Amino acid sequence: MAPGLPHYLTVAAILFTLGIFGIFLNRKNVIIIMMSIELMLLAVNINFVAFSVLLNDMAGQVFAMFVLTVAAAEAAIGLAILVVYFRNRGTIQVEDIRMMRG
Amino acid sequence: MDAIKDHPHAEERPKGASRSTHSGLAVAMIVQIVMFYIFAAVAVASGVMVIAARNPVHSVLFLILAFFNSAGLFILLGAEFLAMILVIVYVGAVAVLFLFVVMMLDIDFAQLRSGFMRYLPVGALIGIILFAELISFALLHWVIAPGVTGVEAAPLPKGGIGITNTRALGDVLYTRYIFAFQASGVILLIAMIGAIVLTLRRRPDSRRQSISEQLARTRAETIEIVKVPLGGGIAARGGD
Repeated sequence: MAPGLPHYLTVAAILFTLGIFGIFLNRKNVIIIMMSIELMLLAVNINFVAFSVLLNDMAGQVFAMFVLTVAAAEAAIGLAILVVYFRNRGTIQVEDIRMMRG
Repeated sequence: MDAIKDHPHAEERPKGASRSTHSGLAVAMIVQIVMFYIFAAVAVASGVMVIAARNPVHSVLFLILAFFNSAGLFILLGAEFLAMILVIVYVGAVAVLFLFVVMMLDIDFAQLRSGFMRYLPVGALIGIILFAELISFALLHWVIAPGVTGVEAAPLPKGGIGITNTRALGDVLYTRYIFAFQASGVILLIAMIGAIVLTLRRRPDSRRQSISEQLARTRAETIEIVKVPLGGGIAARGGD
């Protein structure tokens, strides 16, 4: 039996759970948290593409592209904020981030 | 639930290999299954390593590996264009950006990992619950509603065997989803401007050229004419 929708959905579910798990596990490190978010977006993309192929509908792949766009923008902005924050405070501990103005 | 039937490649193959249709199809099927499990296993394993690696640089490299293997999964699904985009955008841009930031910031990462074991139980609990919810489609034998296949938003053209994935994607992306496409371009522009504005700074200690200052200089404030006594030099005169 060729790998069907349940196989791909299972892989995506495992990757998404790993992303959530990573956020909980590395609660102090913003960089790892952002990487976990990327992992979750990847899992969502796998779901989109699997359903797109199953339903013979290109809309899923189009929206996977939009997810990719937003993920790239989010990573760029997030890392820029991280760099500025580190420059001002000298740390990236999540627990220290509670000031609205530096 | 059944396998993905309308796979363009799965339909293409039997026509080409008419002589050894049966064995060729079986081999193709086995290759597909084996490649799926290789890609899926490596993707999941590198996903584990992303969150478990001690060194964040290793985390980024495992993230790149996970992206590559997901691109392989996309190719198995028949979405070649998205697979290539995934490699170019994620591996070529996002992961390298992560790598730059991880290497640029001088952070004590061992200290950031100190709460790792303390957060493990609650994280594992929530992870297991979420995973059970996500996987419940397989446990509870969910099926896709029969009417769903009739409400396609952007169906592939009829008999779309000869149309490549890239062309099929472009056909809907530049027509039906043109406004969303433009909006995603605007989002990227805003992200670019935002990142530049956030990180651009004037360092006080860096020596940069100030053209207006250079042009505003006059002879009087720049040059001093000194009478040098015979055999004395400037130092003997007590000048600065």
